[in-house]
Amino acid sequence: MLFRKAHSPFINANTRVHSIMYQVLAALIPGTLASIYFFGWGILFNLIIATGVCLLSEAAVLKLRARPVKPTLKDGSTLITACLLALALPPLVPWWLTVIASIFAIVVAKQLYGGLGFNLFNPAMVGYVVVMVSFPREMTYWTAPLGAMDQWLSFSDVFNIIFHSAVPGQASIDSITMATPMDAIKTQVALEHDISSTRQSPVYGPLFGVIAGKGWEWINLLFLAGGLWLIKMKTIDWRIPVSFLLTLLLISNFFAVSDYATYPSALFHLLSGGTMLCAFFIATDPISASTTPRGRWIYGAGIGVLTYTIRTWGGYPDGIAFAVVFMNITVPLLDYYTRPKTYGDLEVD
Amino acid sequence: MEPTHKPGHFHGGLRLNYHKELSNQNAIVAGKAQSRYVVPVQQHIGAPGEIIVETGQCVLKGQMLTRPTKLISAPVHAPVSGRVVDIGKQAVPHPSGMPADCIVIENDFQEQWVERNPVGDRYNQMNSHELRNIVRDAGIVGLGGAVFPSAIKQTETNIHTLIINGVECEPYITCDDRLMRERAREILSGADIIAHIIKARECIIAIEDNKPEAIAAIQAAADEDGTGFFRVQSIPTIYPSGSEKQLITLLTGKEVPINGLPADIDVLCQNVGTAYAIHKAVHEDEPLISRIVTFTGKGIKQTQNLEVLIGTSIADCAAQCGGYSDDASCLIMGGPMMGYTLSSDQLPVVKACNCLLVTTSDEIHPANTEAHLPCIRCGRCVDVCPAKLLPQQIYWYASTHNFERATEYHLFDCIECGCCTYVCPSQIPLVQYYRSAKSEIWTLEAERKKSNHARERHEARERRLQQQKREREENLRKKREMLNKKKGGPAESEIDQKKTAIEAALARVKQKKESLSVAPKNVDHLSADQQRQIKEADQRRRANGKESDE
Ligand code: SF4
Ligand code: SF4
Repeated sequence: MLFRKAHSPFINANTRVHSIMYQVLAALIPGTLASIYFFGWGILFNLIIATGVCLLSEAAVLKLRARPVKPTLKDGSTLITACLLALALPPLVPWWLTVIASIFAIVVAKQLYGGLGFNLFNPAMVGYVVVMVSFPREMTYWTAPLGAMDQWLSFSDVFNIIFHSAVPGQASIDSITMATPMDAIKTQVALEHDISSTRQSPVYGPLFGVIAGKGWEWINLLFLAGGLWLIKMKTIDWRIPVSFLLTLLLISNFFAVSDYATYPSALFHLLSGGTMLCAFFIATDPISASTTPRGRWIYGAGIGVLTYTIRTWGGYPDGIAFAVVFMNITVPLLDYYTRPKTYGDLEVD
Repeated sequence: MEPTHKPGHFHGGLRLNYHKELSNQNAIVAGKAQSRYVVPVQQHIGAPGEIIVETGQCVLKGQMLTRPTKLISAPVHAPVSGRVVDIGKQAVPHPSGMPADCIVIENDFQEQWVERNPVGDRYNQMNSHELRNIVRDAGIVGLGGAVFPSAIKQTETNIHTLIINGVECEPYITCDDRLMRERAREILSGADIIAHIIKARECIIAIEDNKPEAIAAIQAAADEDGTGFFRVQSIPTIYPSGSEKQLITLLTGKEVPINGLPADIDVLCQNVGTAYAIHKAVHEDEPLISRIVTFTGKGIKQTQNLEVLIGTSIADCAAQCGGYSDDASCLIMGGPMMGYTLSSDQLPVVKACNCLLVTTSDEIHPANTEAHLPCIRCGRCVDVCPAKLLPQQIYWYASTHNFERATEYHLFDCIECGCCTYVCPSQIPLVQYYRSAKSEIWTLEAERKKSNHARERHEARERRLQQQKREREENLRKKREMLNKKKGGPAESEIDQKKTAIEAALARVKQKKESLSVAPKNVDHLSADQQRQIKEADQRRRANGKESDE
């Protein structure tokens, strides 16, 4: 009798790339819902625009490169890029900004490097950095969260702002937008108002919740929950989030203890801005992160240090995207110098 | 450096579905006598022995058919009495699928043995050398699948710890399990002989905790022995804990050094089947002419643990197992993690054959060779790699033919266990990339050695010519100097001395540079095991090449 030829191993685990990606997407849901709840229709618009543009541009480039389109779109990685980007953008950014960021993310940061698995940088963060640097003004179009505002801006208002740059009642856009709590503290500290007075000021006070920004706390906690689930499912590596959060906690605590009037508390940092989104969903993107165990510790810690530095002393409201992109550059070096000791390698370092 | 791991742990590994229940209730059954046996000359690592029988010659059961002429070699013996009907190339079970020299014997069904003189309990008074010769002449090789000649492994004496490997960590395989359950006393007797040869001070019998009956049986035999010399150690069921290096680390907390041997850390590891074979050789003067083979998988009608004579056709064994089921698809020799497929069952059972797994197509899912996704650097392979490598990096360099880097990332320390491929979400057939990279590097190495040899010859000639030239010049200079002296001019020798010093320095630098640039690291001092892997990989590659040519 004749038999089929094959190569060992003949059995394998059931984990597949797309199942990993869809788990990550699922874990994003609670935090995303919270973002929509607190910041309204704008987030939803961002999500829809980013998803559409990312998928389209991915398909277009694949067509041009004469690569199969369907399997790549189905692997879920494009959806993750789109979601991360949309969640990082302010809710009232004009539509073209989201489009530009999405195209940059997929076409330049991902496909020009060779597509899934070959991109040096985190695509979503590249898209974010590009629009942050090019359109700093639009990137401040945050609103106050629900709770500091009585109700959402209406669907048509948001639609008009995003697609026609038309603010209701002929008012200027600045009358609608609002600084994020982190930004508020930074600008106020620069004006020599200490943190507690900012928190009590009539303008900024309503923005703050129990620990960090109103809404932001919940969003971050829910991303944390999603992330912990991913770790429990062994979908993502635990080292990067742990080292990133730990580093951020230690540094921010160090400064906060040294001068609590100027430096926000460690908990504030952990639950503000994109901290948890970064810890579990952005920094853990395996392709652009370090791939060795020790390298991952350093990589996470590096992002922590840079994030804190940019947040505290840099010119941008949140430092996460820059920190991630910068650490992406160091990855080849990190990987090389943090190779694990092979079995039986008894040499002392 | 002292232990890098605490005992009870090695890096990585997998928890698998074992499917042992398919065959572990089947007691060992003797294989049916057949009329024809095909005995391959080489069934071990090392050089084949010299054939010492002729076509047409009558042989007795247990008679030596080949005699080892090289150090690392093993003889093969006649499994039955009868007549040698053919000596020549026959298909054998090997990854390469290439035919090899075999001796074909027709059974006369007389069961006439050669004269046997068992040593019996007198082995206690024999020295290591004499006992090793018995092991060697019995053709005993590692029966866990590695088939390295046991006598060679037992060369070093005063090894502190003898480990008897009853782990059997690959799914499906149960031949060692059954052997331990049914012949525990004989295994310990064999272990005692090995311990005597290497003058071991302790003996650990390691068994995975998914084989409680085997543990109980060996424990009972150890208790009966009563000397306290044997220690039964139950170990966690994690693939590949039965791999020699991993098992040693698990039990002792020490790692076998790269390019080293277990003996370097005072350990020797032998399979339970090997211990049993040594018992038979010493107490019954029976050479290795049979082994236990697990026939299992959903593709075979009746799973069995058959004790078959070496040289029996796999097809005949399968017939004894009721034949194949209709949806049988692959015939795998070995386990599902490290075994290889055979394309036909018209092949003889050999010493390395611990398991024949017949699978249905829904039972196995080999990695998809044609269409795998790119590596997403998820690191799952790193977490499971028992050799503590970075499989994704080696893959990256191997697939881009950057062999120097691949070697630098310890490609040659990969034990091809398959753990990385098992977990890879992109379904990259990583192990296959490693095998072919290893063999390509090996080919390049061989070529380099050849051309090095040619270059050395060329350089030697150049040196000789230069030497002659220098001598001529020296003579000339001396003559001139003498002339000058006669004339009363300045001596040239001082200037010359400086010149030669500089030249010599330059030459030294050049030499150093050359010696640095020659060899890629890591491939020069390969252990016998690694060389074997490379050789196998090489043959596999050639075979693959053939496949794709067709
Ligand atoms: S498991 Fe596969 S995809 Fe993940 S890092 Fe290893 S080779 Fe790459
Ligand atoms: S096959 Fe090699 S690289 Fe892969 S897990 Fe086993 S030892 Fe590591």
